[in-house]
Amino acid sequence: MSARFAAGEALEPQTYRIRRADLVRYAGASGDFNPIHWSDRVATSVGLPGVIAHGMFTMALAARAVQHWAGDAEVVEFGCKFTAPVVVPDDDEGVELLVAGTVKSVSEGLVTLGLEVTCGGQKVLGMPKAVLRG
Amino acid sequence: MAVDESLVGRVYPPTRPYEVSAEKIREFVAATGARAYDGGPAPATFPIVLAFDAMNAFLAAEDIDLFRIVHGEQRFVYERPVRPGDVLSATLTVSSLRQIGGADIIGTTSEVHDADGGLVCATRATLVHSGGGAA
Repeated sequence: MSARFAAGEALEPQTYRIRRADLVRYAGASGDFNPIHWSDRVATSVGLPGVIAHGMFTMALAARAVQHWAGDAEVVEFGCKFTAPVVVPDDDEGVELLVAGTVKSVSEGLVTLGLEVTCGGQKVLGMPKAVLRG
Repeated sequence: MAVDESLVGRVYPPTRPYEVSAEKIREFVAATGARAYDGGPAPATFPIVLAFDAMNAFLAAEDIDLFRIVHGEQRFVYERPVRPGDVLSATLTVSSLRQIGGADIIGTTSEVHDADGGLVCATRATLVHSGGGAA
């Protein structure tokens, strides 16, 4: 697989739209029914601007981009910090998530991808990184 | 409001064994990905289904409200991908605890094992608990 990637290579950015309905669907699929992801009343009661996407949903979309770039390569490590909330309005437009990636290193059968995940120009994940087996 | 410091190092009971079905993976893929599911390995973040179950049991045991939790950080280290037919269980340990600005920063690790006791995935999650007021 490492033949597919070269260190320093920029990967084609992927965009994904997130609407409220996507959060409901993710809640059901993941089992994460935290009401901050579907109730504005609860979200604002804990100081959030409104309903926010599950951090794990954003991370899952980052993983989707990795799968798009790397195909069936086995992921051996994946991690990030959640540095800013992705606020998802109750409308038909939702918000757009942009996932960009760069090949950080290719060595000893492992490929490390550094990601940049933004929403409305703001980084929402801190140091997202995936390590794949080559 | 603050979480009890004596929790650090505590290991919670393994979650009820969970049989991973192709239908469950398909549901997860449909919720998170564009591709049709072909019956192969689960997506990289799928083990959160197990880790979240373990976290819910931890929160219930310590009487912490889920709605006061936001996710600070998540890491996965995989031994192998999750596949349909796997019977998995997660064991959560509280690894660290600190307070910043009235919030508890709770570090947890959850190890996901298969029915043979083999490690499938080790996950680390940082949970930010606001005891009240602003998050």
